[in-house]
Amino acid sequence: MTMTPSKPNSLGDEMKSGLDAPICLTWELTYACNLQCVHCLSSSGRRNPAELTTEECEAVIDELQRMQVFYVNIGGGEPTIRPDFWHLVDYAVAHDVGVKFSTNGSRIDADVARRLAGSEYVDVQISIDGADAATNDHVRGEGSFATAIEAMEHLRAADFGEFKISVVMTRHNLSQIDEFKALADRFGAQLRLTRFRPAGRGADSWHELHPTNEQQVELHRWLIDHPGVLTGDSFFHLSALGESLPGLNLCGAGRVVCLIDPLGEVYACPFVLHDEFKAGSVRDEGGFRKIWLESDLFTGLREPQSAGACASCGEFDACQGGCMAAKFFTGIPLDGPDPECVIGYGADLVAAAQGNALPSVSKDHSRTRVTLGTKPGG
Amino acid sequence: MPFDPDKSYRLHDRVALRPEPFGALAYHYGNRSLNFLRAPELVALVRSLGDHDSVRSALSASEIDERRWPSFEKALASLARSEVLVAA
Repeated sequence: MTMTPSKPNSLGDEMKSGLDAPICLTWELTYACNLQCVHCLSSSGRRNPAELTTEECEAVIDELQRMQVFYVNIGGGEPTIRPDFWHLVDYAVAHDVGVKFSTNGSRIDADVARRLAGSEYVDVQISIDGADAATNDHVRGEGSFATAIEAMEHLRAADFGEFKISVVMTRHNLSQIDEFKALADRFGAQLRLTRFRPAGRGADSWHELHPTNEQQVELHRWLIDHPGVLTGDSFFHLSALGESLPGLNLCGAGRVVCLIDPLGEVYACPFVLHDEFKAGSVRDEGGFRKIWLESDLFTGLREPQSAGACASCGEFDACQGGCMAAKFFTGIPLDGPDPECVIGYGADLVAAAQGNALPSVSKDHSRTRVTLGTKPGG
Repeated sequence: MPFDPDKSYRLHDRVALRPEPFGALAYHYGNRSLNFLRAPELVALVRSLGDHDSVRSALSASEIDERRWPSFEKALASLARSEVLVAA
């Protein structure tokens, strides 16, 4: 990012008061998925019959073009399951809306890889959550590691260039961080690490899978040593350890990011598919633009936020109190500390909230009950 | 090639400018980079570059105080490094 010319306000301050359109929008195209990962943020599995039609999706893209949203992150569910997926990708690109889509790789065969290699406006992100099949499949399901690696091989063979490998950091895979980097390097890919959030089905396994504090310290050091690794600004709560990570280091909900779900409902945070963070639907009069610019929820998030219980902590300026989604789903007040606060203010509150009725995603599309089995190799 | 304010520059064909309260966002569809133009005067200057045979003449035609030119030239040089601007 180039910040020019310098002005008294930091760029972060300008971001906090919101932009005229999101910088980057997450759009989940379907709740259907051939996998049922234990940590799925959106509790995906079955398609919802009320999902946006092809025409409605095209209308959303037209609106994004008018608002100059330069690119969208498409996910799901498994977005490639939609029969009109490739059509919508082409439609978006033709309307100046670049696409990065997240996939488990199951539909990336040799033909698709060649086709993708032909478009410079489409970026692909393949998800794995372990550097070996045992660790990965424990979270994502039997055979899912082999499928993802096969997709990466197709992309490499088609000379796609630098795709992305996306990993959610867990207690079981954090020790494999160098192996993930080596895997990405082997494929000429860019590594992207994101935070495990207790959202969707992830709430059930969070206590067992979220990194320990020692691992968080290790991760913080590692990210500083590897500035080329992408994080989607996911770990800004770690900045309380002393050195800020690259990025804006703030919660972007409603300010620079938001989410459109498969039904067209608009949420302020890509990680909180809960009615409390829902501002409306693209199907409402005024559509997405009106929600972004005028909804009470979004404009409220752009007001200065109270430091609340963290006001007396010297690290608040660095960590900004952490992640709203992580707090919300662990029962911590939104102006309280992050459940994974590195100073240690979150742990007691998480323990105190256990046993309370905690919020969960408003729509559960799981096909079957999903549980985390025994630890890989143990 | 180093930035030269005596030469002419223009916005890259594949860069889009989006107005924002603080100035504008510049998105480069080619290299997927996002740049922030953090002053409305800078946005106006960037948009006017194509109409002038040098950066200096664009600055002279603008309402930007001459004492502030060096900071704007610095900003333009940075945008040229990011390929938001190209030599015309």
